[in-house]
Amino acid sequence: MLPSLVPLLPTENDWITFDVPSLAENFWSATFDGLTFGAIYALVALGYTLVYGVLNLINFAHSEVFIVGCYAVFFTLSGLGFGPSVPRLDIWAIILNLLLALVLAMVASAVTAFLLERIAYKPLRKRNAPRLVFLITAIGASFTIQYLIYLWRGPSPELALTMFRPTPIFDVFGTIIDSQQLVIIIAAVIMMVGIDRFISKSRTGRGIRAVAQDPDTATLMGVNKERIIITTFVIGGLLAGAAALFYVMKIPSGVQYSGGFVLGIKAFAAAVLGGIGNVRGALLGGLLLGLIGNYGQILLGNSQWTDVVAFVVLVLVLLLRPEGILGTSLGRSKA
Amino acid sequence: MSMTDGPTPMQTAAAEQAAEDREASSKAAGRSDLRERGKRKPGYFSDRWHALSRQQQWAFLVIVVVLAYLLPLINPPIITTEPGNNFALACFDMARFALIAVGLNVVVGYAGLLDLGYVAFFAVGSYVAAMLTSPDSPYLHIPYLWTLPLAMAVTMFFGVMLGVPTLRLRGDYLAIVTLGFGEIIRILATIIPAMKGQVGFQNVGHPPGTEADGTPIFSNSNGVPWYWLTLTIIIIVTLLVGNLERSRVGRAWIAIREDEDAAEIMGVPTFKYKVWAFAIGAAIGGLSGALFAGQVGFVNNQKFDVTTSILFLAAVVLGGAGNKVGAILGGALVSYIPLRFTAIAEYKYLIFGIALVLIMIFRSQGLLPARQRLLAYGRTALNKVTNRAAMEPKDTDKPPAGTDSRAAGERGAEA
Repeated sequence: MLPSLVPLLPTENDWITFDVPSLAENFWSATFDGLTFGAIYALVALGYTLVYGVLNLINFAHSEVFIVGCYAVFFTLSGLGFGPSVPRLDIWAIILNLLLALVLAMVASAVTAFLLERIAYKPLRKRNAPRLVFLITAIGASFTIQYLIYLWRGPSPELALTMFRPTPIFDVFGTIIDSQQLVIIIAAVIMMVGIDRFISKSRTGRGIRAVAQDPDTATLMGVNKERIIITTFVIGGLLAGAAALFYVMKIPSGVQYSGGFVLGIKAFAAAVLGGIGNVRGALLGGLLLGLIGNYGQILLGNSQWTDVVAFVVLVLVLLLRPEGILGTSLGRSKA
Repeated sequence: MSMTDGPTPMQTAAAEQAAEDREASSKAAGRSDLRERGKRKPGYFSDRWHALSRQQQWAFLVIVVVLAYLLPLINPPIITTEPGNNFALACFDMARFALIAVGLNVVVGYAGLLDLGYVAFFAVGSYVAAMLTSPDSPYLHIPYLWTLPLAMAVTMFFGVMLGVPTLRLRGDYLAIVTLGFGEIIRILATIIPAMKGQVGFQNVGHPPGTEADGTPIFSNSNGVPWYWLTLTIIIIVTLLVGNLERSRVGRAWIAIREDEDAAEIMGVPTFKYKVWAFAIGAAIGGLSGALFAGQVGFVNNQKFDVTTSILFLAAVVLGGAGNKVGAILGGALVSYIPLRFTAIAEYKYLIFGIALVLIMIFRSQGLLPARQRLLAYGRTALNKVTNRAAMEPKDTDKPPAGTDSRAAGERGAEA
């Protein structure tokens, strides 16, 4: 019996191989690239985290809110004359165009998030439906938006657009950081800090925290719960729209009907890693996941390993520390 | 039993729903007015069914099963999917979906856990069957039929691996983890050399037996034997799952579904039973995957995208989560509609996506709602309770106590 089992064992590195020298060689470039991806994950993760904090709902359709933003970026920029080649515009014109695309993407995503909340979730909240019903609705809504895009644009990705030529800015440990990476990381971090300030300082932010902590008491204290919920969805949409611009900048060929799906899972994994419901956790989790995913991809030798690594991280976090690194604390009291 | 059943059919109607009792009794007396008849309450068919005697139920079931077996041979004119799709193969596909729906129903319907990556278990089952029978695989080869239990065991193992970290937590984590797992399996099949990506495994094995002229009975092009095999498995699995449903395990699942905290406080080891539900569901998914691999005869990474998982979920939700007959019906429908109406096949994902949202908003119990009460006690207890209910005054317009307390329970669960 035993000899016949031998063929079951993996032979000649058929299953998984580790390429450590390649990781050591590309460590710093992987780090900066990972941080860039991480910034994008973090922006999308905020949408999950905020909605989860307030409604205790995984908004599966958030990945579609994000991909709608990607399409908005694509259509705006191709309408403005951007194409696969580097645009012949001066720097200020490019910045203006990108800002326009950013605003339109944020609006498109926010409107999608708003409609989603009104059409799909509000009727359920009204009749106090069980959680399972919410989740099934969320995945159904995600699916519906995805296939509306599919029927409209077909299965293949859109034409890759080049926004600007990434120029080397400075050199760290022999690795060049280019303008693209710098723009994405800095812009994302500024937005993160802004959102963090908004949640902790503004009146609306206090409302969001109050509803997250205890919806009923918050309502009794005069917080308009419905308005807070809509605001939360809209903020999540705005950030997803911003992430969409950076995503298209980083992965020009990623505008595809199913493009949001995997990114959504990674962003959610990032939110859980940092502590779901925690705004700073989303930033930390996003950056960490970007790094881990990128290292894993180089170590294992195929870009698709990024997704697998992110998933394994998610499962490990749930196994070892389900409350995430910083803990779940949008309402500050939620343990 | 039959003595008490016979003369009082209207009294066996669900005791809690006095309004329906009135409807039923007026029908029995032949005084059914149109208005009453027009509005069929959610439990209508189920009440009619339980009003039948045991013998009548069995006779009816036997007829249904025989008709189901004969379906591909009769090839009924309006129902048939031809031209366009071979009807016997369509029948197999319906049976495959029905089996998947029965398995997913254990997870989603009974235990109330949302499994969005069910296709992953299906894929694992397919790969087990393919890698152990196909000549393209360098590993150990075993007879095809042995891969069925093996596929179940392997997928069950995967189910436990995935369930243990996630099921300690609230249900929503399971949803996202399974969603991720569904995608990961497909990616792994692509990037791990041993799983042969798009090239895949050809000539996957099939059950033994040849026709008189030497061609195998279970060929890829002939759906009939595969359909019969799958139908037989569905019947066995449904009976087993039905027994589980009525056992301690099933009661624990339903308690968990209705209110996990309350179940835990009442002493139900919720984690254990959740893992069981997840593992059993996974095993059934693996079984159907192995059947699918055998019938198609070819497995590669292109067949297992996450969107298929959502179709499976739509099947369960459409049929009625928590009702195994509903799951079979829903599974068959989700497979049948695109095959029969090929004009809309292109839009099937959109249609079922919208259907999911609409069903959840307007009729979250699906086509055949689950019977939530009296499940555990069997027929004797049902009669006892309903006979007692029949003696109570029924002509009040107030909703009866049962519905009331149930509604209160639901409110309590969400608060």
